[in-house]
Amino acid sequence: MKMKRDHGNALLSLIVGMTIMGTSVGASENLSKWLRPEAVPAPKDNQITPERVELGTFLYFDTRLSRDGTVSCATCHNEANGWSDGVPKAIGIEGREGPRNSPTVLNSAYQIRQFWDGRAKTLEEQALGPIEADVEMDIDLDELLKRLNNIEGYKVLFENAYPGEGITRDTLAKAIATFERTVVSTEAPFDRYIKGDQNAIDDNAKQGFALFTGKAHCTDCHDGFNFTDGSFHNLGLGDADEGRYGLKKRAAWFHAFKTPTLRDVTKSGPYFHDGSIKTLAEATAVCGNGGRFPNSEKVSPLIVDRGLNQEELELLVDFLKTLEGEPLNIKEPTQFPQ
Amino acid sequence: MKKIILLVSTLTWAASIHAAEHVIKQKDKTFAPETMKVKVGDKIIFKNNDGFAHNAFSDNEANEFDIGMQKPGQDVTIEMKKPGTVEVECAIHPNMHMTIEVVE
Repeated sequence: MKMKRDHGNALLSLIVGMTIMGTSVGASENLSKWLRPEAVPAPKDNQITPERVELGTFLYFDTRLSRDGTVSCATCHNEANGWSDGVPKAIGIEGREGPRNSPTVLNSAYQIRQFWDGRAKTLEEQALGPIEADVEMDIDLDELLKRLNNIEGYKVLFENAYPGEGITRDTLAKAIATFERTVVSTEAPFDRYIKGDQNAIDDNAKQGFALFTGKAHCTDCHDGFNFTDGSFHNLGLGDADEGRYGLKKRAAWFHAFKTPTLRDVTKSGPYFHDGSIKTLAEATAVCGNGGRFPNSEKVSPLIVDRGLNQEELELLVDFLKTLEGEPLNIKEPTQFPQ
Repeated sequence: MKKIILLVSTLTWAASIHAAEHVIKQKDKTFAPETMKVKVGDKIIFKNNDGFAHNAFSDNEANEFDIGMQKPGQDVTIEMKKPGTVEVECAIHPNMHMTIEVVE
């Protein structure tokens, strides 16, 4: 079975390579790496089932998961704002502002670390963090579990999703993580181009893709189907947030933050961990031309001034726009378990 | 006294000629090989064959190390001083990991 899949990808890669060799994308570029994986990854003990998705969907959109009943996961991570919230910093209950920009949930299933500083290895580890954070949903987990155990509708849904396991921290985290695994990008014009549709993106975007994989070195970090390799870098934004260094005083982690996906990036601004960059044009200029302190020790060695001119930066943005897929149209529940 | 110095020098020399060198490549954001068995005292040479920086490290107590930012083309050598399992990662690319088994 695996051989068949690999063979299929190799064949597709060859076809695509032959098809777009006429553009400035190198024939040696491994195009199959841009193809969507066949399945969304999920841990063995939390495979995706319809019952778990149903439960997770209710939980994700339910404001009763916050202390005062005003904020849900969707408040800061909603589809209308590219599964972020459209503001520089996350805003929790009572208007409390968090320290960082809300990262998109889109394709988080494919990320190898969660949160901007990567402090969670899995979505299950991540899911409960915002619920307890005082600047987000600010509710004690034991109190929340009591609250959910008093809702008959949730008792039934949890039993259907995780038979015999009850409503616990573990099943709560698993259910929310399962919903997050359904927030997966849809086919974008770039995907159709990679599959061989020459008309799926225009010439500017094709030139932008060539820059992306070439002179601009974007693929040093924004690599593969999800347009991130999960790496951590100091972009030299000059803010006080020490990023991953807060987990351990490792030199490479000083002010380092996770490389975000670029899927649907047109929808998820403002950008970067501090939400300080409003537009894609600005973001591209910062990343492509060495951060705010080009060629200084304040910046990751991978963030280098590539000498991109205005026209080249605009071509890169033209390309990034082709990563926008159709809406997922995940329906927010209108009624919640009682 | 001279005999003792001579003996120590001889033993050190003997140990050094038996210490092997092992190469770990970092290419396409992957360590190669992904597993390795070495002896105490052996040298590990990390090579960066990618076009960008890596930063191999291990937090395992027996052989804790952090080679720091390693530029493309650079080699960094470290010695395995104690027996045990050494889990190696890249501080920049958490998807990169490999294991070294260090034996007496």
